[in-house]
Amino acid sequence: MSQDSKKNKPPVIALEFKTSSFSVPVLMLATNDLSLLEQQLSEKIKQAPDFFKNSPLVVDLQGINKQGYLVNITELIDVIRKAGLFIVGFRAGNILQNKESLRLGIPVYPAQSREPSIVSKEQSKVEIVSPIETVSPKSEEIKVTIPTTLITQPIRSGQRIYAAGDLVIMAQVSAGAEIIAEGNIHVYSTLRGRALAGVQGNIDARIFCFDLQAELISIAGNYKVSEDLIASARNKPVQIYLQDKALIIKDIVLHH
Amino acid sequence: MARVIVVTSGKGGVGKTTTSAAIAMGLAKRGHKTAVIDFDVGLRNLDLIMGCERRVVYDFVNVINGEATLNQALIRDKNCNLLYILPASQTRDKDALSQEGVGRILDELKKDFKFIVCDSPAGIEKGAHLAMYFADDAFVVTNPEVSSVRDSDRMLGILSSKSRRAEQNEEPINEFLLLTRYSPERVKLGEMLSVDDVQDILSLHLLGVIPESKSVLNASNSGTPVILDEKSDAGQAYEDIVARYLGEDRPHRFIDDKKGFFRNLFGGK
Repeated sequence: MSQDSKKNKPPVIALEFKTSSFSVPVLMLATNDLSLLEQQLSEKIKQAPDFFKNSPLVVDLQGINKQGYLVNITELIDVIRKAGLFIVGFRAGNILQNKESLRLGIPVYPAQSREPSIVSKEQSKVEIVSPIETVSPKSEEIKVTIPTTLITQPIRSGQRIYAAGDLVIMAQVSAGAEIIAEGNIHVYSTLRGRALAGVQGNIDARIFCFDLQAELISIAGNYKVSEDLIASARNKPVQIYLQDKALIIKDIVLHH
Repeated sequence: MARVIVVTSGKGGVGKTTTSAAIAMGLAKRGHKTAVIDFDVGLRNLDLIMGCERRVVYDFVNVINGEATLNQALIRDKNCNLLYILPASQTRDKDALSQEGVGRILDELKKDFKFIVCDSPAGIEKGAHLAMYFADDAFVVTNPEVSSVRDSDRMLGILSSKSRRAEQNEEPINEFLLLTRYSPERVKLGEMLSVDDVQDILSLHLLGVIPESKSVLNASNSGTPVILDEKSDAGQAYEDIVARYLGEDRPHRFIDDKKGFFRNLFGGK
């Protein structure tokens, strides 16, 4: 029959793509403790069972990834499905999480850059931000301003700071500390720890510091360890940028 | 208002217990009712340094578990009746301490004491964490060598992010640097970091420098806090530190190698 219709009539349009926006709750994870998650999730759902019943859900992994927590995606999905929610996507996952998620047939979304950057003191609780709009691919040209993270206290050995935008530090960064930014890094004091700029692949990101004594510097994954830093680049104000995949360290000449 | 002081370092063997004993004694001798708590459960030492090891009946863990009252466990110092010692348990480990229990005991002590000095164990694990968690002021004890400086730096990071004050967004802990076992002669020979080197790395308010001194070992062996040895350089250094902590303006000593003149002037050994 279908063959007939093909021959005789103009083709029937079987499908059409359209763009549409939906409001979907986003689950911001702050812990990889699945039993804690399960418990708090069921408490939240109890507060508004009708709202959550069979609701689609996007799970945002940014919080736990910034903390460096590991999470088993399969087990996480189990916990959320058990709570009666349907995962329609993972957001801000790392390469492994995205791979695992796609293998299980769940779409992945990049990190949302509109989120305010979260610095070190994340609470370990499940936060349900709902409902926020997921932006369809076509309307993505919205101008977003990524906030700059400003820190005025020294960053001590063992501390880790992640900024979604630029990171400005007005105090020293100790050896054994790690400062990470998706944008530029400015350190208006001595930089002794590790500094990683443009971590999401921004090759135009730069590192600026007043006194370079870093253990490691990296821009968009191109790095140098302390041992590779030539003596003439050390102990003075410099900027570091990427040129043809090579890290360039250049003196900042102060004009008086 | 009572103040809780933690004496901490990260690294072991830098002089935390010596410092705890000395400053607790110093504060008490200046008329402030002071308690000093040994948080090093399982490796109890403070009682030896304070010379009260033969009078320990109950300990910190007994009080936390409700097996003894605070008054039963506190030992009054034999040299100063405003100073009390709460010894650690030697037969238990750090898991015997709980945050809730420590908080409860500190609250109880705050009602009666002006200063509570917490002698932290080495490391950054549970015992050290609980010792610093409720602190208002921190004395970071550091030796002039790189590994001690780095460990102190790590501890400072923990103080500013994991303490109660940090968690509740209150005013941060006041952090002070105490540089111990300092030897100007060895600094001159380039064998030891100088005060400036350490300050450059830690950028912290220097409360005082305690010189490397035989009097410290003698004091430990005899069970008398070194601050009571008023003729010794280390005793005087701790006396200065207590005075500075209480707001007195005293010039720093023991930083430069000035043989003779200063020693005669201050009667140091």
